[in-house]
Amino acid sequence: MKVLVPVKRVLDPYVKVRVKQDKSGVDLSNAKMAMNPFCEIAVEQAVRLKEQGVASEVVVVSAGPQQSQETLRTGLAMGADRGVLIPTDVALEPLAIAKLLKAVVDKEDPGLVLMGKQAVDGDNNQTGQMLAALLGWAQGTFISKVELQDGAAQVTREIDGGLETLQVKLPAVLTVDLRLCEPRYASLPNIMKAKKKPIDTHSPEDLGVDVTPRLQVSRVEEPPARQAGIKVESVQELVKKLHEEAKVI
Amino acid sequence: MSVLVIAEHDNSRLFTGALSTIAAAKKLGDEDLHILVTGSGCRAAAEHAAKVAGCTKVLLADGDSLGHGLAENVAPLVAELAKNYSHVLAPASTFGKNMMPRAAALLDVQQISDISGVESPDTFKRPIYAGNAFATVTTSDNPKLITVRATAFDDDPAEGGSAAIEEIEAPADQGLASFVGQELTQSDRPELTSAKVIISGGRGLGSGENFQMLERVADKLGAAVGASRAAVDAGFVPNDYQVGQTGKVVAPDLYIAVGISGAIQHLAGMKDSKVIAAINKDEEAPIFQVADYGLVADLFQAVPELEKEIDAIKG
Repeated sequence: MKVLVPVKRVLDPYVKVRVKQDKSGVDLSNAKMAMNPFCEIAVEQAVRLKEQGVASEVVVVSAGPQQSQETLRTGLAMGADRGVLIPTDVALEPLAIAKLLKAVVDKEDPGLVLMGKQAVDGDNNQTGQMLAALLGWAQGTFISKVELQDGAAQVTREIDGGLETLQVKLPAVLTVDLRLCEPRYASLPNIMKAKKKPIDTHSPEDLGVDVTPRLQVSRVEEPPARQAGIKVESVQELVKKLHEEAKVI
Repeated sequence: MSVLVIAEHDNSRLFTGALSTIAAAKKLGDEDLHILVTGSGCRAAAEHAAKVAGCTKVLLADGDSLGHGLAENVAPLVAELAKNYSHVLAPASTFGKNMMPRAAALLDVQQISDISGVESPDTFKRPIYAGNAFATVTTSDNPKLITVRATAFDDDPAEGGSAAIEEIEAPADQGLASFVGQELTQSDRPELTSAKVIISGGRGLGSGENFQMLERVADKLGAAVGASRAAVDAGFVPNDYQVGQTGKVVAPDLYIAVGISGAIQHLAGMKDSKVIAAINKDEEAPIFQVADYGLVADLFQAVPELEKEIDAIKG
């Protein structure tokens, strides 16, 4: 079974976000970029499926600026077999990405799409669900465990009250949560090998997808700053302040 | 045009997140506010919805295919109904996040996630980059599908309405997914996202047993217990305790962070709390940059003391 893993290039999640002066967006010039952490987990899970003999091939796909190729190389260094790059300078929204991915699925015919539950830049948490809808496939979102059986996947999902287990028919789209697995570090030899792995390129036009944004972003602002607090010297003082000053206990 | 709110419920009452979503819907200024209740055996929840102040009609879809909120069965129903509305809103809970984008794609509209403000009927504010920035976005899609950050809107509990309940047919099972089982965390404490006081523990607690110290304090304050991702990953507490970008977003009156360093991803989930208190032995911990009251101390001494001091006040 072929597994398709969409990956996204995002601002490194440990880097402090700077909003542009003109409020047009977040300043990404010279910022450190990385693979979205949820996508890393999806790649790791796909590579594990290959190591278990369940997956025959792992294909990573990324849509975005040309530099997304680096993100694909990271996935290849983790053990994916080949990459698909969809270069575009348009700021892609989840619906557009889902349509691009549907076009890739139509070409590649995978038995499973494994992807992150959300990207840590847009925080939308939509693309996997939208892709499943466009394909008419089952979805298993926010999964922390997956077992593939004959023609189906048993997935454990992280829900508000705890955990839930579903049986979903394959092919399906599964979106991964942080606790699914611990992604591996790519070793230097694997990084070198990844340079030789093939990456196909398809433009959105090749794929016949209109990626024009539907939403207009009028401004991006910093959140209101919190007033600096005070340090207290003892638990007694803390409780007194919370009780008498803040009146919250 | 009118607004449809998809209510999340426990078969007998709407969740507070549903009431917050209704509060957000009222800011759109439309005259008709309809509430959709889906599930299996959920008539009582529809009766609760009918009493919500401002609700003009309740749509009840009750059937086996809708029993566990499977997106494959609920989303086509929502997409079909949405054609009659200008806006469709759901809470940004795991239920709403799972189902709404599927409905949006079926309608070919770009959903807007986790809104924290309504500027006008087509313009909304939402957090991006773990709440380190807020984007104001305008949509011309029709209908507009939106999920709502519950903590950003009052969970208006006002009752007194008497809307009619209209039964609609539950869709056939799509046969794509089926429910196997669930493990829900049992607790007598208030639910995390609606608690007025939360005490949260991090890696500093060292073990699951040590969380009992926090639980004792929580019980005295009528508080909920939360956790950082580090504490969840270490297996101290179940994942549904997690507060942060990828866990729950909370905004209680008081948030007490114990042994939590204050990573960006954690702050994303609790920065909007009214008052933040932090207990940490590392005075450089980033949590102190957002804490209204910070105490540099060893939590193993401070927390039992905290329990005693609260006793003294409450006594």
